[in-house]
Amino acid sequence: MAIRSALTKRIITTTLPGSRSISSWWKNVEPAPKDPILGVTEAFLADPSPDKVNVGVGAYRDDNGQPVVLDCVREAERRVAGNLNMEYLPMGGSNNMVEETLKLAYGEDSDLIKDKRIAAIQALSGTGACRIFADFQKRFSPDSQIYIPVPTWSNHHNIWRDANVPQRTFHYYHPESKGLDFASLMDDVKNAPNGSFFLLHACAHNPTGVDPTVEQWKEISYQFKVKGHFAFFDMAYQGFASGDPERDAKSIRIFLEDGHLIGCSQSYAKNMGLYGQRVGCLSLVCEDEKQAVAVKSQLQQLARPMYSNPPVHGALIVSIILGDPELKQLWLKEVKGMADRIIGMRTSLRENIEKLGSPLSWEHITKQIGMFCYSGMTPEQVDRLTKEFHIYMTRNGRISMAGVTSGNVEYLAKAIHEVTKAA
Amino acid sequence: MKSCLTSDRRLSILSGHLTTATIDKEGNSSSSSICFSPTSSSASDSSVFANLPRAPEDPILGVTVAYNKDPSPVKLNLGVGAYRTEEGKPLVLNVVRQAEKLLVNDRSRVKEYLPIVGLADFNKLSAKLILGADSPAILGNLVTTVQCLSGTGSLRVGAEFLARHYYQRTIYIPNPTWGNHGKIFTLAGLTVKTYRYYDPVTRGLNIQGLLEDLGSAPSGAIVLLHACAHNPTGVDPTLEQWEQIRRLMRSKRLLPFFDSAYQGFASGSLDEDAKSVRMFVADGGECFIAQSYAKNMGLYGERVGALSIVCKTADVATRVESQLKLVIRPMYSNPPIHGASIVSTILKDRNLYQEWTLELKAMADRIITMRKQLFDALRARGTPGDWSHIIKQIGMFTFTGLNTKQVAFMTREYHIYMTSDGRISMAGLSSRTVPHLADAIHAAVTTVV
Repeated sequence: MAIRSALTKRIITTTLPGSRSISSWWKNVEPAPKDPILGVTEAFLADPSPDKVNVGVGAYRDDNGQPVVLDCVREAERRVAGNLNMEYLPMGGSNNMVEETLKLAYGEDSDLIKDKRIAAIQALSGTGACRIFADFQKRFSPDSQIYIPVPTWSNHHNIWRDANVPQRTFHYYHPESKGLDFASLMDDVKNAPNGSFFLLHACAHNPTGVDPTVEQWKEISYQFKVKGHFAFFDMAYQGFASGDPERDAKSIRIFLEDGHLIGCSQSYAKNMGLYGQRVGCLSLVCEDEKQAVAVKSQLQQLARPMYSNPPVHGALIVSIILGDPELKQLWLKEVKGMADRIIGMRTSLRENIEKLGSPLSWEHITKQIGMFCYSGMTPEQVDRLTKEFHIYMTRNGRISMAGVTSGNVEYLAKAIHEVTKAA
Repeated sequence: MKSCLTSDRRLSILSGHLTTATIDKEGNSSSSSICFSPTSSSASDSSVFANLPRAPEDPILGVTVAYNKDPSPVKLNLGVGAYRTEEGKPLVLNVVRQAEKLLVNDRSRVKEYLPIVGLADFNKLSAKLILGADSPAILGNLVTTVQCLSGTGSLRVGAEFLARHYYQRTIYIPNPTWGNHGKIFTLAGLTVKTYRYYDPVTRGLNIQGLLEDLGSAPSGAIVLLHACAHNPTGVDPTLEQWEQIRRLMRSKRLLPFFDSAYQGFASGSLDEDAKSVRMFVADGGECFIAQSYAKNMGLYGERVGALSIVCKTADVATRVESQLKLVIRPMYSNPPIHGASIVSTILKDRNLYQEWTLELKAMADRIITMRKQLFDALRARGTPGDWSHIIKQIGMFTFTGLNTKQVAFMTREYHIYMTSDGRISMAGLSSRTVPHLADAIHAAVTTVV
C-alpha cells in the first residue's frame, strides 16, 4: 500500500507536457459546516456505545427501533419489479401520481381539481417542491420576500436563500408555554406589507410539533384574506400527525374555502416511508385552467435545467398504492398505525419523566403533534445528553418521537430528567 | 355560494372581536368598520401570477409530445434519444431486471434517506468506471464523486459549485450542443459562450475553429467537452485531435468539464469511450466529469448519474465534497435511491458486469447496423449528396444536415418526428422503418430546398 501510494505520488508529480504543475484551483475552498440535522445521524453511527439512542433525524422507526417499509409499499414494489420500463417521465412527472396526490391535499371531490385550476408537477420530495416554488417565486414575483416561521426546518432557510429570495421571519413558537405565540403571529401577519408571501406548515410543525387550532387557522386565513397575502403550505406529514389524512389537511381546506389561491408542497417521505425515493408534488392554485397550464409550463422550465424530469420509481409506487382501493386502505391503516405508535410514545415519555419527580412541566410532550417534540432543553443540556448518555438529537432540543421505543423510553426519560432537574 | 359562507364566517369572527381593530388595505386601523375596503377582496382573489406567459414547449421533449398526438400508422419517432429495440420498443436490460429482482427480494433493504452525496458504493464504482479502476487519481484519493440526478443533475450541481467557488464565471460550450446545456449553466449563474465545433461543409469536426476559439478564451475559462458521441452531431475528435485539445487547454489553464452520457454506447467499449477523459486525468490536472446511466444502462427515468471532481490533493477533494453538499441540500436534500442501487448491484458483481458489457455492445452494434442500412438505402435510391457522415458519425444521433424546411416537410408528409436541427436518433430506427425514412429524406432533399 505504501509502495503504491509512493508510486502514485511519483506519477502525479511527473508532469506531462502542457499540464499545470501549480496548485489546485480549489485550495481556497473552505470546509463546509456539517448539516445540523443530517450531521447528527453521522455522529450517532460513529458512536460505539451499546446504549446509544438516535432521536435526531425524522425518519420513522418501529418499536424495535428498526426502519419500516410499509406492506403496501412492498406489494407495490413487487408489481413494479420486472414488469415496467424505465422510460423518461414527462418534465412534470407522472400525471397519474400527481392527480392522486392532489386529491389527498385538496379533497377527493375538489372542484379545483375538476376545473383543472391546479398547476402541479411531481417534485423531488418536499425539498424539491419547495425549491422549485422558491425559484418560481423569484422569477415571477422578483420583488417579493418569504416570511418564514420561527423556528422552522433549517433547510427552509437554505432553500429560499439559494433561490435568492430575501427572507423575513414571523413569530410562531412561544417558549414559555411551549405552544403557539398566536398573538404575535397575528401581529406579524397584520404588519407585513399587503400581498406578502408566507410559508406555513400545514400540520405537525417541524421542529416544534405545535400547530394552530382549527379556530386559529380560520383567523389566520381571514387575516390573510384582508391582507391579500400568499400562503405556501409545506405539508410533509399528512396522515402522520393525527393518523387521519383528511384531518391533517384541515388548514389547507380552510384556506381553500376562503378562496385563497395557495401553493402547496407535498412529500411521501414519511407518510409512505418512501424517504430515499424522493417523491413529492408541488401545486399552485390558479384562477382558471388556462392560467394553470401556463404556470405548469413555467414550473417545468425550472425543472428541466435542474434534473430534466423526476425519478420514476417512487412515483410508480405511489400511483399503484393510491390507484388500488385495497392497497389504499392498507396504506391508510399503516399510516394510522405509525401515528398511533408515536402518540403512544409521547404519553409514555411524559409519564416516565413525571414518575421520576421532575419539577418541570412536561405537558407539552403530549400537546405537541407529529414526529417531533420541542423539548425546551438548551443546547448545553443536549450536549450533556450526547456526551453522558449517548443520546443524539439536534441542538435545538428537538426530539424525534419516531426514534423513541418502549425499549428506550425509560432510559431517555431518565437522561432527560438528569440534565434538566437542576434547571 | 362559497363566498357567502366565507362572508358569514368573517362576520362571526369579527363579531367575536368587536374591540379588535380591523386593518384595511392601506394599513390603517378602523375599529368600527365591518366591511372591507372595496379593493382588498378582489386583490386577494386574483392570482399573484396572473400575467405569467405560457412557456414554449421544450424543443426536444416537445417532439415526443407532437409524435404522440399523431394518429398515422407509419409515424416514426426519431426525436428524443432513448434506445429502442428492432421492434421499436423500449428496452430494459436483462442485468437491470436481475438487479431489480435481487433488490426487491432482499427484505433487509430499506428506503431510508441516502446521504446527501448519495450511495457510497455507487460513487466509488462510478469513478472507477469512467477513470479506470487503476487510475492514480482514484488511488491517491484525489477524486470526489457525488451521486446526482443523471447527467442533467450532475452538470447543474457542478455548475453551481463553479459559480460559487471558481474565479472564472464563463463556460464555453460547443456549437452545436444538447439543447439543455445552455439553460443549465445559465441558471447555475455562469455566462455561456460558444466555441466552433461542427463543420457543416464536411459534416465533421472543425478542429481549426475549435482550437482558435479555445485559444482565444480567457485563462481559466471552463470548457464543456462531450466525452464521446457528441450530441447532436455524432462527430468526435480523433485521439490525436484530443491530444491537441488537451495541450492547448492545459497551456491556457482552461478547466475541462466533461459530459459523459454515452460511455460504452458509442463504440461498444467502455474503456474506449472513456479515453478522452482519461487522457486529461493522466496529466495530473483538475477536471469535472458528469456521468449518466440513462442510456448505457437504460435507466432513463430513474435519474442516475454522478459528478466527479478530480482535484490536486486529497485534502482539497474532501473540502470540495463538503461544499457540494451545500449545493445539493437546498435543491433536493439527497438523491433517489432506486436507480443507484441497481447500478451498484450490477457494477460490483463480476457476472452481472460482464453481462452488462455484452448487452451494451449489442445496443451499440444495432445502432451501427442502422447507420449502415440507412446509408445503403440512400445510396440505392440515388439520393443526391454525400451521406457518408451517417456512417462516420458515432453514437445515438446523426446530424443529417437537413434544414428546418426539409424537416418540417418530412414531419408533414411522412410523419417523421425529429428535432428541427436535423438531428435523428438512430436508436429509434429499425430494419423495418429504414426504407420509410430513406424515402422521406430522398423526397425532402429533392423537392425542398
